[in-house]
Amino acid sequence: MALKKLLGGIVVLGAIGAGAFLFITAPERLPAETWAAAGEPDLANGERIFHAGGCTSCHAAPGAADDQKLVLAGGLALKSPFGTFHAPNISPDETAGIGAWTLAEFGDAMKRGTGRDGEHLYPSFPYASYARMTVKDIADLYGYLKTLPKSGNVAPGHDLPFPFNMRLALGGWKFLYLDEVPRVALASADETVRRGQYLVEGPGHCGECHTPRDVLGGLKTDLWLAGGPNPEGEGRVPNITPAEGGFGSWSAGDIASYLETGFTPEFDSVGGAMVSVQKNMALLPKEDREAIAAYLKAIPAH
Amino acid sequence: MKFRTLAAAAALAVIGAGAVVAADEPQVVRQEMMKKVGGAMGALAGIAKGEKPYDADVVKASLTTMSEVGKAFPDQFPAGSETGNETEASPKIWEAMDDFKAKAAKLGTDADTVLASLPADQAAVGAALGTIGPNCGGCHEVYRVKK
Repeated sequence: MALKKLLGGIVVLGAIGAGAFLFITAPERLPAETWAAAGEPDLANGERIFHAGGCTSCHAAPGAADDQKLVLAGGLALKSPFGTFHAPNISPDETAGIGAWTLAEFGDAMKRGTGRDGEHLYPSFPYASYARMTVKDIADLYGYLKTLPKSGNVAPGHDLPFPFNMRLALGGWKFLYLDEVPRVALASADETVRRGQYLVEGPGHCGECHTPRDVLGGLKTDLWLAGGPNPEGEGRVPNITPAEGGFGSWSAGDIASYLETGFTPEFDSVGGAMVSVQKNMALLPKEDREAIAAYLKAIPAH
Repeated sequence: MKFRTLAAAAALAVIGAGAVVAADEPQVVRQEMMKKVGGAMGALAGIAKGEKPYDADVVKASLTTMSEVGKAFPDQFPAGSETGNETEASPKIWEAMDDFKAKAAKLGTDADTVLASLPADQAAVGAALGTIGPNCGGCHEVYRVKK
């Protein structure tokens, strides 16, 4: 009798727990007025954010060159310890792409990782960084994306083993790792450093590769930008904090010059996944590259 | 005692011989070549950015280095040098040796073209870098594995 009661209690508690999990971790949408307030998009700023975010690096067809990079047909395979993700088509095609999405749907994907059908998106789409973006920049970016060519390409789905194929669990991931809090507290930051912080921590999503991850794939934010193993294969993603004997020997001018030309201070050329990142950074206004450099000199060394 | 000294000396000799052999390894030779080109690029970029004064001798020497390396570089990839000595050479080099050689040779011919009418001022050095610079990334993006 007592045992039966106990078991019953456990079942009830379990049900409450599961219910609470689903309630707390349900895909979130921002209030509709958030996006209604954005106004007409500024397409020039949208293009600037597009380059800062490096959308083409993942969403252009693999191997696309020059103008073809503006066709965001998707399909790139992104290997990870959790399985292989495939970047979707985000061209303005109404069926294969996101042409039929509203700004609110696009914005909720960017800032909350919530898909059009109210599903959790995988954080391989770096919304945990984009959450820090302003509503205005997201609206301008969406306006700009709509001006790009359409593609009817249907990108393959993600190839993930159990349990990572369960989207419901992503609610828990978001509960742990999705917020809009600055990654580092900078005691005294001028306007340039703050702009750099915004670009690096938000649209630029630099920390997604340059910060090590824990077993659940969340960023170890106490090691912000300290580098780590390359999730896509051999080698390491470099530490880009001002560490003595390492990246700290690069001046702000060296960093800005590298982002513009692709040459390190020793005149080695940019390599690996950073090649396409640097090409996007080269398209930014000079003051944005200088802001990124100033921020990277201002953060704590690891 | 004497034996120990002898053994130590022998050990040192072996290490020394090892070092000599390593310096001749193609992986090391080509790494040194790329460092020379990097140094030459740096010298030219310093002038182009106005950080260093224009110096015709420096410009000529830097371009000559690039020309020489461009010609000799593709010969440093014999069979058996695919791995080892921390090489960053991609296996694609040996799969597409002709294309790789053509890309390396282009660095040499581009440097020769610029040498033929030596850049005479800061702006001309900048323009020359615009011609030569893309060779670095153009080849590295395909044939170099960044670790």
